[in-house]
Amino acid sequence: MSTTTLTRLEGAGPAAAPPSALRLQPFRTVSGGLIDRCSPLPFSFDGRRYMGVQGDTLASALLANGVRLVGRSFKYHRPRGLLAAGSEEPNALVELRGGARREPNTRATVAELYAGLEAASQNRWPSLALDALGVNGLVAPVLAAGFYYKTFMWPAALWERLYEPMIRRVAGLGRAAGADDPDAYEKVHAHCDVLVVGGGPAGLSAALAAGRAGARVILVDEDFVLGGRLNAERREIDGSPAAEWLSATLAELRSLPEVRLLARTTLFGVYDHGAYGAVEREGDHLAVPPEHAPRQRLWRIAARQAVLAAGALERPHVFGGNDRPGIMLAGAVRTYLNRFGVLPGHSVAVLTSGDDGWRTVDDVAAAGGRVAAVIDTRAEAPPELRRRAEALGARVIAGGHVAGTRGRLALASVDVAGAGGRTERIACDCLAMANGWNPLVHLDSHLSARPVWSEAIHAFVPGPGHGHGPDAGMRAAGAAAGRLTLAECLETGGRAGAEAASACGFAAVAPAVPTTDPEGVAHVPLWRAPRSRGKAFVDFQNDVAASDIELAHREGFRAVELLKRYTTLGMATDQGKTSNLSGLGIMAELTGRTIPGVGTTMFRPPYTPVAIGAFAGHHRGRDFRPTRQVASHAWCVENGAVFVEAGLWRRPAYVPRPGEGDWMVSVSREVETVRARVGLCDMTTLGKIDIQGPDAAAFLDRVCANAIGTLPVGRCGYAVLLREDGLMMDDGTVARLGESRFVITVSSAHAAKVMQHLEFCRQWLWPGLDVRMASVSEQWAQYALAGPRARDTLRGIVDPDFDLADAALPVLGCAAVTVGGGIPARLFRLSFSGELAYEIAVPAGYGDAAWRALMAAGAAHGICAYGAEALSVMRIEKGYPAGAEINGQTTAGDLGLGALLAADKDYVGRLMKDRPGLADPDRPVLAGFHPVDRGARLRAGAHFFGLCATPSLAADEGSMTSVAYSPTLGHWIGLGLIRRGSARHGERVRAYDPVRGGDVVVEICPPAFVDPNGEKLHA
Amino acid sequence: MRIRCPYCGARDNGEFSYLGDAAPRRPEGMAAEPAQMFDYVYLRDNPAGAIRELWYHAAGCRSWLVVTRDTRTHAIAGVAAARDVALAREAGR
Repeated sequence: MSTTTLTRLEGAGPAAAPPSALRLQPFRTVSGGLIDRCSPLPFSFDGRRYMGVQGDTLASALLANGVRLVGRSFKYHRPRGLLAAGSEEPNALVELRGGARREPNTRATVAELYAGLEAASQNRWPSLALDALGVNGLVAPVLAAGFYYKTFMWPAALWERLYEPMIRRVAGLGRAAGADDPDAYEKVHAHCDVLVVGGGPAGLSAALAAGRAGARVILVDEDFVLGGRLNAERREIDGSPAAEWLSATLAELRSLPEVRLLARTTLFGVYDHGAYGAVEREGDHLAVPPEHAPRQRLWRIAARQAVLAAGALERPHVFGGNDRPGIMLAGAVRTYLNRFGVLPGHSVAVLTSGDDGWRTVDDVAAAGGRVAAVIDTRAEAPPELRRRAEALGARVIAGGHVAGTRGRLALASVDVAGAGGRTERIACDCLAMANGWNPLVHLDSHLSARPVWSEAIHAFVPGPGHGHGPDAGMRAAGAAAGRLTLAECLETGGRAGAEAASACGFAAVAPAVPTTDPEGVAHVPLWRAPRSRGKAFVDFQNDVAASDIELAHREGFRAVELLKRYTTLGMATDQGKTSNLSGLGIMAELTGRTIPGVGTTMFRPPYTPVAIGAFAGHHRGRDFRPTRQVASHAWCVENGAVFVEAGLWRRPAYVPRPGEGDWMVSVSREVETVRARVGLCDMTTLGKIDIQGPDAAAFLDRVCANAIGTLPVGRCGYAVLLREDGLMMDDGTVARLGESRFVITVSSAHAAKVMQHLEFCRQWLWPGLDVRMASVSEQWAQYALAGPRARDTLRGIVDPDFDLADAALPVLGCAAVTVGGGIPARLFRLSFSGELAYEIAVPAGYGDAAWRALMAAGAAHGICAYGAEALSVMRIEKGYPAGAEINGQTTAGDLGLGALLAADKDYVGRLMKDRPGLADPDRPVLAGFHPVDRGARLRAGAHFFGLCATPSLAADEGSMTSVAYSPTLGHWIGLGLIRRGSARHGERVRAYDPVRGGDVVVEICPPAFVDPNGEKLHA
Repeated sequence: MRIRCPYCGARDNGEFSYLGDAAPRRPEGMAAEPAQMFDYVYLRDNPAGAIRELWYHAAGCRSWLVVTRDTRTHAIAGVAAARDVALAREAGR
């Protein structure tokens, strides 16, 4: 096909397109299948343009165009074609789309075709047909199982520089987009009585039984068309084509209001207690999702009961050269024939170990293909099937196997060894492999249920004990339960649906089981061909051959988990869906054990790969997590504040004024304004907990390490909270609003943790105390008004009835007042800056108005707003410990708070704080530091060493925790923890910071740098 | 996982945070010995089987719960409000 023909075709318009489009699809049948031949869809693969039709997958469209080579294998770069027609496909991994939407490692078999789809093959250079790394096949002996453990061992120095980068480049799969995903994803929660996994005959019967009984049913299926293998086989139900039963059943299900059918939805994980994860590909079949529509949707489903009707996966045969393009699973061949109207080859040979594979013969013939041969590995071919095949002109060889294959980039012929040892060459361009079916036990084993071996179908089936607890029942039905025939699917599906609905309390009955056409299931699996030429692949995706399993056996890696890790059998994106059992079967032969004796690998979520975007949903970028805004946020934005993230909060860091080019200029100006006049700072982020009840004081005395119960009404106190292990949890303030009512404020960062701790103490440790608490952090906007003119400013908004004089509201006083003409407010005379200061709290709804009123009232006094940076500078100037010091490793004693701790009461952390390690006098404790050279800059994180010491872990004396440039003092100051610091004031040490090249001599001093006696506080 | 909170019903485990074994009793009062407290703070059994453990319904009713869970299967045999359990414990003391 030439590009010019295609271009002309596209210009011909839709009416003329179908016949021409079909002419360009040499392997498309003239009729049949779930496709619309009148809706052509142009697409490209590796830059070449092709035409598919509506209803195609990328895989079926490629096959229809005669494209058989679709990828190169992972390790040996061998040419590979389609093996399967579903999500188990190991070979046809492609990159879809381009630019930021490029999506690597997508299975062509599940990529729904749309007009303009761009796909590219992976892991090849320079092209798919001519892959330079195909030479890897020639050096296969060095690339055998575990090669990276033994081949590239010496010289060791080359591993990191040469071997690993080289192996990574050679063994790569697709390329990530490398740009932000432009699409949206969303997450939803859903609840149902019965979750049905799989939309084939068993699943639909289950949904019907449960839905008719009135149960809330969710049915999910990964395919974009419901019906499962009913769409892939030519079957009859109640004497009519199965499609009629299917459409009637779907119509009834759609009419039931409590039944939800989710196609394009993969149930990827089963979690405890009836929780399930599923991903719905809402927009994957569109070039670009519609505006405001998600690309994918993650479902978290809580189901009371579940029916696992996910079907079964066919097993390939293992023989030399079994990976040549054109060699496919027989079920996949029938899917391409019957569902997609595509002949996978003009001349098809069938290799089967059971009756099931023979079905392919009729289907190929019916679609106009030629059946070259049927090779049945059993000694006897069923006579009736043999007669029919021979009547169609097929050569039938019983008791034979395929001993080798030929063809450069696609299959040309197979060498068949007959029962008598004679080998004959049979020309064919497609070989259909049928070697039995593996029930999809994946989802059943997500909760650690072990599958059990079924001698009846030579496969693992779900064992007893899936799920647990009364709400978590999962029952398997149909092929997933090892009941492989259509009749069994319909029967067990309906029964499982009825049982599941009954378990939820619905009066459900299994629907009448329709009759089906007969089918044979006799089957004797052949785990590998007895003799064959060339590499016989077990795991196509990871290039694990039968010889690798022999090697693992020879070297003693025989346990199933070791086998997997040594050979990588069953790893990679398909997780061994087509390979695990063949691997076990071969190991069983080698060790003389049974397959269940060898064991089985367990499966973990996800069933198929799930895009990270789906898990993230809309939680990305700015919406990664909620944003909390302070009460003055609008004013801060209007006035150009610079914000800083503090947990979920966006706090103003500083509010620059025009002409202030540097943050430190703004911060210093804010500090100077507070120290000289007055400033206003938003403290809304503080955690505020309202504690009430007759035992509130007793309660606080047990959770705080210092005395609280003696606090008079109308007074505030400092609160020291320890953890039970004796370390500091947090500090805060507590205000006694009434005899039995307190408000405690704690650090912004610790608010949730402290609340949880207090509830733990109340509910679990001391349930007898009559006390209740509520977080009121969101309910109150709280501002710090600090500076010599704070009282004058406050006077401007507090109603005149209230006396603000020092005598009426002294340091650590608190009062309920009204502001702005009757608005309730709380005043606390608390200072974090060392200045005359108040914290004023108003109901959150008045927050913005109160802030603006305070700024207006302070204008005459020279007020400025100050942010978290100035707040921090001033607390360092005062030597108050904060988050950098209360870091989970320090005790109250370390921070100079030891004298506050009560000796006459029990409290959380009382005993453990005295453990020898925590009471060690040699511990690093809080001290102040200033540079000996006043011009030097200090860095938080610097470690302290003696002036003559060589920096080493052993000589480490502690570290600088907080630093600031103090505009009040005109030089840098720091707080830090240093061994015996409180006894070393005046001594000089090095503050050593090799990361940023800092090495400054500092002098140890008391932590309070400014106004150490607190004179300004009491103004 | 889903946990059946006595106040809120069966809820996704993302709403809860985990603390651990509910068996250790805090040695109360000024007479408590440091060794007892050390046990309470640090020493935990790690049974294969049923364990009663403390969970906190942080994104719900803020109740502490005693959840009886089988560590081998995650099967939850029962959930009770920790305060009720603690009150019963005190009453029986």
